[in-house]
Amino acid sequence: MPIHIIDRRLNPGGKSLENRQRFLRRAKSLVQGAVKKTSQERDIKDVLEGGEVTIPLDGMHEPRFRRDGGTRDMVLPGNKKFIEGDYLQRSGQGSAKDSGPGEGDSEDAFRFVLSRDEFVDLFLDDLELPDLAKRKIAQTESEGIQRAGYTTSGSPSNISVGRTVRLALARRIALKRPRKDEIEELEAAIAACTDEDERVMLLAQLEKLKAKIKRIPFIDPLDIRFRRFETVPKPVAQAVMFCLMDVSGSMSEHMKDLAKRFYMLLYVFLKRRYKHVEIVFVRHTDRAEEVDEQTFFYGPASGGTLVSSALQAMHEIVRERFNPSDWNIYAAQASDGDNSYSDGELAGMLLTDKILPVCQFFAYLEVGESGGSAFDLSDSSLWTLYERLRNSGAPLSMRKVSERSEIFPVFHDLFQRRETAQEKAAP
Amino acid sequence: MTERLFEGADWDFRTLQRITDACEEVALKDLGLDVYPNQIEVITAEQMLDAYSSVGMPLFYKHWSFGKHFAYHEASYRKGLMGLAYEIVINSSPCISYLMEENTATMQTLVIAHAAFGHNHFFKNNYLFKQWTDADGILDYLDFAKTYVMQCEDRYGRVEVERTLDAAHALMSHGIDRYPGKKKLDLRAEEKRAGRRRQHEEEVFNDLWRTVPKGAAKSRTALSIERRRKLLGLPQENLLYFLEKSAPRLAPWQRELLRIVRHIAQYFYPQSQTKVMNEGTATYVHYRIMTKLHEQGRISDGNFLEFLGSHTNVVFQPEFDDPRFSGFNPYALGFAVMQDIERIVTRPEDEDREWFPDIAGKNDVMGVLRDVWANYRDESFIAQFLSPKLMRHFRMFHLHDDPEERAGIRVDAIHDERGFRRVRRELARQHDVGFIDANIEVVDVDLSGDRRLILHHHVIKGSQLNETDAKRVLQHLADLWTYDVALIEVDSNDKVMREYVVSPRPISAVA
Repeated sequence: MPIHIIDRRLNPGGKSLENRQRFLRRAKSLVQGAVKKTSQERDIKDVLEGGEVTIPLDGMHEPRFRRDGGTRDMVLPGNKKFIEGDYLQRSGQGSAKDSGPGEGDSEDAFRFVLSRDEFVDLFLDDLELPDLAKRKIAQTESEGIQRAGYTTSGSPSNISVGRTVRLALARRIALKRPRKDEIEELEAAIAACTDEDERVMLLAQLEKLKAKIKRIPFIDPLDIRFRRFETVPKPVAQAVMFCLMDVSGSMSEHMKDLAKRFYMLLYVFLKRRYKHVEIVFVRHTDRAEEVDEQTFFYGPASGGTLVSSALQAMHEIVRERFNPSDWNIYAAQASDGDNSYSDGELAGMLLTDKILPVCQFFAYLEVGESGGSAFDLSDSSLWTLYERLRNSGAPLSMRKVSERSEIFPVFHDLFQRRETAQEKAAP
Repeated sequence: MTERLFEGADWDFRTLQRITDACEEVALKDLGLDVYPNQIEVITAEQMLDAYSSVGMPLFYKHWSFGKHFAYHEASYRKGLMGLAYEIVINSSPCISYLMEENTATMQTLVIAHAAFGHNHFFKNNYLFKQWTDADGILDYLDFAKTYVMQCEDRYGRVEVERTLDAAHALMSHGIDRYPGKKKLDLRAEEKRAGRRRQHEEEVFNDLWRTVPKGAAKSRTALSIERRRKLLGLPQENLLYFLEKSAPRLAPWQRELLRIVRHIAQYFYPQSQTKVMNEGTATYVHYRIMTKLHEQGRISDGNFLEFLGSHTNVVFQPEFDDPRFSGFNPYALGFAVMQDIERIVTRPEDEDREWFPDIAGKNDVMGVLRDVWANYRDESFIAQFLSPKLMRHFRMFHLHDDPEERAGIRVDAIHDERGFRRVRRELARQHDVGFIDANIEVVDVDLSGDRRLILHHHVIKGSQLNETDAKRVLQHLADLWTYDVALIEVDSNDKVMREYVVSPRPISAVA
């Protein structure tokens, strides 16, 4: 009897992937709730990690006709001391009672592991890029090169050997070009031939074949094919994210932490949409500098506050390194709102003339001390400035945050599908 | 001395081939097994998880519940709460066995002997599998089902298909024919039989019969009820079949989906009735094959010890007060009974001669076992072959738990002379599917009224349906039936204990 042994290990995995997706789709609201809850407990830098979530099984229950109650009979192994007619206490001798089947109710909460992608997808599910940005993506396209079949003319470096030889072979077969072994066979026959007449005939035949070989070349110029390339428009799939932050003495650790969380979320969000995301950290006091992440968040600095310096720095970096036609530019500014009064004019001008026209999205996050409800009493100088700009039509998003738990809702607000801020901002 | 099949724990595909050949030799020559052609597939842990979620089948239609099971298994596997099976075997021809890649060479030998020969023989020969399953056709059928479900989704929408499948799944346990149906009659035989009947009537004709008074004619209403029930094929315990044939407003594709679910439920029906026997057979076979291979010197002492280690784990039966206890282990019970039969056949004691006069001392172990494997299911197998010696060995006892009884749970019988038969009867009853599943059947449809579907649940020993689940299942049932559904729970005296009435949800009335 033949026995087949098959190695299935290399078969594509993930056969259950589709079922799993269906399950997630069905349990979407439940899972989403669980994801939000889980992510609140986590550090934002771990947000991307996926992980275990627990959902109530209620909506996912698969009912069956089950029975319970009534008198039960069971046969068990391991009798040590009972004799017929003994009675077992129900509560005390629980072990015997528990052993029945019917554990159907035990899975009312359902735990399972979400992959990183699933987690982030659900996490960001109801968020969308601002409309403005989407329009820009569609417009900013660059040329790319792509293979597009074969052509009869081209540069020698593009010869497609495989295709050429294949065509040559087909042509040779079609035109019945004699093969090498046919000639060898004939030559052997001539050498072995004794009859003179036949020999002459074979020789003639050989001549004919040789002539035919000459007439029909092995590779004809007709056979040659070149690989053809086409230029295709390619959407820009890279983004740069500018993190601007005021690091003057008035910014406390708490405020920086808030800002950091917001940047993290923005990063996660952009990472979902673009293949390649770069981050530029610009910190400023009364002058701005580009720094690495560590210095950005933790490096000591002191001085006054000139927002325009940061905007100027950003503008220069964009001009030097990030051509707006190649990059999607996002900027998020965090500050406690202090700014020199004299700087307002310059900052406003820089923003409206230089920065906003090249940006997909500019968010301003005003961070306050925890429990800072005093916040609402009077608007800071920067807030007043930006609000004025926004009211005159600049595409700016701005929010105030003072608690860690507010970060996510704020982020959510800014990127929600129906974006009120963007409606106002639409040019 | 014969050459070793392998050394150490490593294996490659040539080793597997050698192992399979060696097992086959022992299985066919020494044990006289009769198996489907084998197909052995090596898979990874992830593929094993995939297989888990589609009830072990290599292909299945798509449904969210499988995704749920996958997520569940995956989570518990990742956390190390659950090990994976060493193998999965499919009742098909060729018989497909999946082996995990991380098994050692010894484990692969064990698993091949267990699945590819033990289970395989059982699938091919047991009467239930012969009666209810079509090993040649199952893979093609599943392929058809998968494609069909997919096409339905394209044509009628995923949500609609999902709703129908959800409902069908909820009724799956009651979508089974428990008794082989009437065979299609051969017309020629039919004619002959009619002729024979006429002849018989002529032979026994006696005019006196005409003068015997007949009973009162049946009333009109009684007749029409009878006629209606007959027309609808009632009572019907196969709910899915009934819906497929008689639900008034189902689309043809929905009927086909019900049919697919029903067929698949039917395919698995024998497995649920033969758990103990099936595993017992496979375990007995792998034990015999491994021992033989060791005797022949084809497996080293070390590897054989490794085998004995895992074998012992497989047939471990914790006692009732052990925290690991969760009912009888079918491997342990099955294997113990098989070995006990071997003992009774070869070395019977007086007690065995008295209890098993037919097989005691018959000496043809394999002959007896093959006959047992072919002709019994768990219930009848235990009822026939559980010996007093085994009951003593397992120290079995029977508990009777009556909630009304104040004093507690009564020990009804133990492993003594007075109790053997009662313990055995009770254990057999626990393995009787007719007893495990709730006995629910369609009894009537109110055709002249509001088309209400009426079901009865015959309550046994006061064990009623779980309320939340029953309501949900009935909701599904009503959605398919598209009119009200009533389920009446009656006890053995036809006293109504409880009544459920469920109306269909409006959304499926549209469907």
